Formats: sequence, structure tokens, C-alpha cells
Amino acid sequence: MAQNKLNIKAEAKNLNFFYADGTKALKDVSLPVYENKITALIGPSGCGKSTFLRCFNRMHDLYPGNRYEGQILLHPDNTNVLAKGVDPIEVRMRISMVFQKPNPFPKSIYENVAYGLRVRGERSKSAVDDKVEEALKGASLWNEVKDRLQDLAFNLSGGQQQRLCIARALATDPEIMLFDEPTSALDPIATVNIEELMSGLKNKLSILIVTHNMQQAARISDYTAYMYLGEMIEFDATDKIFTNPGRKETEDYITGKFG
Amino acid sequence: MEQNKVDAEHSLIKPQTLEEVRTMIRTHKRNDFIFSSIGLLTITFALLTLLILFVDLVMDGYPKLNYQFFTDFPSRRAANAGILSAWVGSSLIMLVTFITAVPMGVAAGVYLEEYAPKNWFTDIVEINVTNLAGVPSIIYGLLALGLFVYTFHLGQTIVTAGLTLGLLMLPIVIVSTREAIRSIPVAIREAAYAVGATKWQVVLHHVIQYSFGGILTGIIIGMARALGETAPIITVGALTFIAFLPPAPVTSVAPFISFEWLQSGFTVLPIQMFSWLSRPEHAFHINAAAAGAVIIMLTLVMNGTAIWLRYRIRKNIKW
Repeated sequence: MAQNKLNIKAEAKNLNFFYADGTKALKDVSLPVYENKITALIGPSGCGKSTFLRCFNRMHDLYPGNRYEGQILLHPDNTNVLAKGVDPIEVRMRISMVFQKPNPFPKSIYENVAYGLRVRGERSKSAVDDKVEEALKGASLWNEVKDRLQDLAFNLSGGQQQRLCIARALATDPEIMLFDEPTSALDPIATVNIEELMSGLKNKLSILIVTHNMQQAARISDYTAYMYLGEMIEFDATDKIFTNPGRKETEDYITGKFG
Repeated sequence: MEQNKVDAEHSLIKPQTLEEVRTMIRTHKRNDFIFSSIGLLTITFALLTLLILFVDLVMDGYPKLNYQFFTDFPSRRAANAGILSAWVGSSLIMLVTFITAVPMGVAAGVYLEEYAPKNWFTDIVEINVTNLAGVPSIIYGLLALGLFVYTFHLGQTIVTAGLTLGLLMLPIVIVSTREAIRSIPVAIREAAYAVGATKWQVVLHHVIQYSFGGILTGIIIGMARALGETAPIITVGALTFIAFLPPAPVTSVAPFISFEWLQSGFTVLPIQMFSWLSRPEHAFHINAAAAGAVIIMLTLVMNGTAIWLRYRIRKNIKW
């Protein structure tokens, strides 16, 4: 079966997460992230799906007092992303992120995309030029901006800004890309663009996406996880989740009886 | 059951006729008008007072407001007296103030905002910094007298005065730096961290760059305040009559830069103005008015520059 060819790129094992105020936001969550697949996290507001996503690149480390328990293993090297000895910066260099609202830096289009390379100390102008072009092409933005790379990123439309943020996350060749409701601030046309983009990107990397929009999960993802109140209720192939869910709670949520 | 509850809730609100609604809107609009009129009146009053004061100063000092006034030393004869030593003193002191207070203030602001852990110690530091901004300036003068003059034996010199005003300006720079940094959205910060930036890279490439306009405004406003300060400068021992200039900072012999001027006695513009005011002869009062006009103009130019710079820098940043 096709299942045999699947590689696990990352896997969360019995993950618990506590915010600084002591709230337990994730309860014993486990999830595989398959290589070159899109995995969608769905669930009602406050169910912990964004919290879970932000564990993968240790975003919670930015705020004091947050605490992880359990593991997120990154393959093939089996690194536990959450281990004390693993620097969050190293993790973020391997796992990049696209946020809910487009958040370009108040710099030029070029500098936005090049920033990840600058942080890594890349000095060669031609190497950066090449990478910026490649990333912008990868984010289907190149044709729209190639003549105005020195323009401010703020002058782009919302959808273009989000594709710029994808290009920024792409420029450093990440192994996994995290998307935190990337289209919730965009209009339907820009949403379609981003969805097509994500479907193309999975050839290069693995994607984990949080979405409020169940149709979006059904359209683009290969696997879907349903979370509720900090727990992983069900994880399965997207087709299976949306046509024949194993759990009553999942069915209630996707049929709109709840949530 | 539910329907009944909704009805009960509705009945609490009196139904209004269209006429009643219109009367209510008219009342609200009248309140709007009254408040905006009061606001306009107060601001006009404040601005007019300042304008009249300034125009009065300029008219009084008009006979002295010429090139000569800036190139003459003070003199016993009012007609020959100028503000050369005062404006040179003020400029050199501002230079020392700038060089000491700005790097320290910005660094302290960045540290408190970006690096310091949030605990009782930083809470105390925070309260202190905010309080320092409101401490009467004469207290700074006394502190400086004890610390710089008596303890460090820096003397009643330009360096002492510059450090004193630097101390005075420090909390203003710290507070404005912190506020400018706080206005940077979390999303931008997270975006930088998410591509693998270290804290220092985030500070250097983002935090300082995006808050630069606000920091600069704080610096200039702080400098403008320091320029007009008199009390702490008198306390550390400014002279009121100086007919010499400090040694030039640039010399013709190697190493071409001299720091002797730091050790020089000094006076500043507000003190020069005050010393003229305290003379009985009317001619000196004209000099004082002219000096006052110069101080106000300098302050206005500095504040104007601050507003213009902030506008220029903020133009490229939208959030």
C-alpha cells in the first residue's frame, strides 16, 4: 500500500504543555507529521491547535515561564526539538513558520526574503540574490515583484504580503513549514492562491497547518488531526476524517453540530 | 419559555418614538459641539500665551538680535555685551550631555525592554526610572555637586555640567526608548525569531531600527529641556561672567584633538540671561530679552526637528 512509502518527518510524543500561569494547554498529545504531506490541525477556538503548532519551532520559549513535557522528534536525526540541550534557534533554522496575519518587516521586498540568510551570516551577494529569486518563485510572487524588489513590503497587497512571508520562510530551505491559519486575514482569491501554493510546496518539504476553515483542511491536506480542549481526539487520513470519522466528537465538529 | 424571557428583557427598555430619538441625537450633538469648543478655546489660549511671550521677547530684544550679539563676549557695557561665551558653553555642554546620556539611555531602555527578566528588581528599577524623570532639576544639581565636583574632583567645569545635564536627560531617553520599543508589534518580533534570529540580531536589525524615530524624538526633546535648564548648572558652579572661550577641541599640532576644553569654566545661555536680568540698567534687560528669544528659538527648532524626523521615519512604517 501507499502507506508503506510514507516517511515520518517529525513526531510529537506524549506532549504536555503548560503556560506560565500554570494552565495546561496540551494534554498528552501525540501526532506524526509525514514527509512531503500536508497535515491539518482542526478544532474549535481555544482547543490548543496553535499552541501545539508553536511547540514545533519553540516559539513558546520567547515568553518566560512556559514549559514543555514530552518529545517532538525530528527525523532522520531523531533530535528531540524540545530537549533542553537543543537550541531553539537551531530548531527554527530547520522548521520555519508562516503566521496568521501577514507580518513582513518594514524593509524592502528583497530584504524581507533575504533576512533568514542574513541571520545565517550569508555574505555573498550573488548567493543571496539567487536564493531570493528562488524563494520568490517558490512562493509564486516573483513575476509580480521582480521589477520592484527594493520597494517596501508594506506596499504589497495582503495576499502578496502573505506570499512574501512564505518566501521568507522558504528562503532558508526548511525541512518543515508551519502555517498558523495563514489565510484567515485574506480575501477568497488570495486564499486560493495560498492554498495552491501550499499544495505545490509539499513536494519540497513537510507542512503542518492550523486552520479554522474545515473546507480548507479538506481541500488541501493529506492528513487531519482533530483537537479539542488540549487533547488529540482523532488523527487520520483527511478523506477518512471527513467521510467516516472514527469518533463521535469529530463527526459532530465536522458536521457543524458543535464548535 | 425562551420567548417569554426575551420579551421580558425587551420590556425593560422603553420604546422610543422617532421624535424622541431625534431629540436625543440633537442633545448628543450639542454636547459634542460644546466639548470641542472648550478644547479649541483652551488650546488657543495656551498657544496665544506662548506666542505673546515670544513676540514680546523678540520686540524687546530686537535691537540686540544681530550678528554682533553672537560674536561678542559679555561686557560691563550693555551695548557691547553678547552671548558668545554662553552659546559656546551651551553647545559644548550639550555635546558632553549627548555623548554620555544617549548611549547609556538607549542601552538601558533596550536592556529593560528586551533582556531584563520581569521580577521585583526590574519593577523597582522601572518605578525609579519613571520617578527620576519627575525629580526637580535642582536635586540633580546637588547630586552632581556632591558626586562630580567633591567626590570625583572634576571641578566646576564643562564636563561636570555636561554629565549633570546628562543625568537629567537620562530618564527621558530611557522612557522614550522603552515606549518606542513597546510600539513594535509582537508579530514583527516573532517573525524575526521564527527565521532563526538571535536576541541580539532582533535588537540590532529590528528593534532599534523600527524604534529609531521615537528614540530620536526623545533625545531631542530631552536635549531641548537640558538646554533650558538653569538650576542644576548654577548648583555645580557655572560662572556668570566669562570673557574667554574654552580651548578649541581641534588643534594644529598632533594629535590634533584636545580635550582640555572639558576642564574649562563655563556659562550657558539661561544663566547669561539671568545675570543680565538681575542688573538694574534697562539696557541689560534688552540683552536678556534677546538671549531669551534665542533660547526659545533654539528650543522650537529642536522640537520642530524632532517632529519632522519622526514623521519622516514613521512614513515607512505602518502598524
